[in-house]
Amino acid sequence: MRTAASLLCGFIFGCGLVVSGMVRPAKVLSFLDVLAIPSGGWDPSLAVVMAAALAVSGLGYVLARRSVPLLDTRAHWPTQTQIDRPLVAGAVLFGIGWGLVGLCPGPAIANLATLSPAVVIFVVAMVVGTVAHDLWWRAASTSAAESTLLQASAADG
Amino acid sequence: MANFTPISAAIGGALIGLSAALLMLLNGRIAGVTGIVAGLLEPQGNGRAWRAAFLLGLIAAPVCAALLGYPVQVPQLPQSMITVVAAGLLVGFGTRLSNGCTSGHGICGIARLSPRSLVATGVFMSTAIIVVALTRHVFGV
Repeated sequence: MRTAASLLCGFIFGCGLVVSGMVRPAKVLSFLDVLAIPSGGWDPSLAVVMAAALAVSGLGYVLARRSVPLLDTRAHWPTQTQIDRPLVAGAVLFGIGWGLVGLCPGPAIANLATLSPAVVIFVVAMVVGTVAHDLWWRAASTSAAESTLLQASAADG
Repeated sequence: MANFTPISAAIGGALIGLSAALLMLLNGRIAGVTGIVAGLLEPQGNGRAWRAAFLLGLIAAPVCAALLGYPVQVPQLPQSMITVVAAGLLVGFGTRLSNGCTSGHGICGIARLSPRSLVATGVFMSTAIIVVALTRHVFGV
């Protein structure tokens, strides 16, 4: 049931991307191109997409806060609250990639449907980037744990 | 604003919001594509089925749209494959590092008024705006 619900949600999400035109990198890039405002070439559609999405999801979340999910024993709300360096640095890196091509993860995956070789290459690179992050993060946290351990044992003398 | 499509943008946006709301109301999950992809890639991953199903639905939508005669175009990406690969790597690494993308931070995060998501969305939006300004208006790509 949970899988079917998730399939439906993914499908609705994809329909939203298709209907709004946000599957098209050109449309996303013409929103990001604010210097085209004076010439009349700017396309504010993405702002309308976000506003409509926030209105509906915001209302849904207010309802969700009051109850347990229909198909699970608890809701898996994110728990992190700290505004830290990884959050900001990651957003900068993501913004560079997004600005270069006009694809973010959702539309990139939806566009796999077009079987475009360039999209496939983009998604493979995206997955490699994700896996590279996880390997680096694991290595970094292991060595951090080791150095804490070393410091602790040194302090214990 | 010749290309502004407010009505289809509002309908499409409402559908995206509905998807996020339903996934929380039904499964208690955040509709963040970054987290969903990363969860699938984790070696000791549990909950692979719902994540894979979400992505499958995401891909099925343009297919169904095309079958129903809705125009679905093959996206135009930069000619340079180096740019495409570099952008893919940056998007994959960056979204994972900041724990979210346009869906997870931009929609789900802001919808639950998370300060982290507001900051992340402001940063990736402004960075992308600067990159587009540079590539289109300074270097004229």
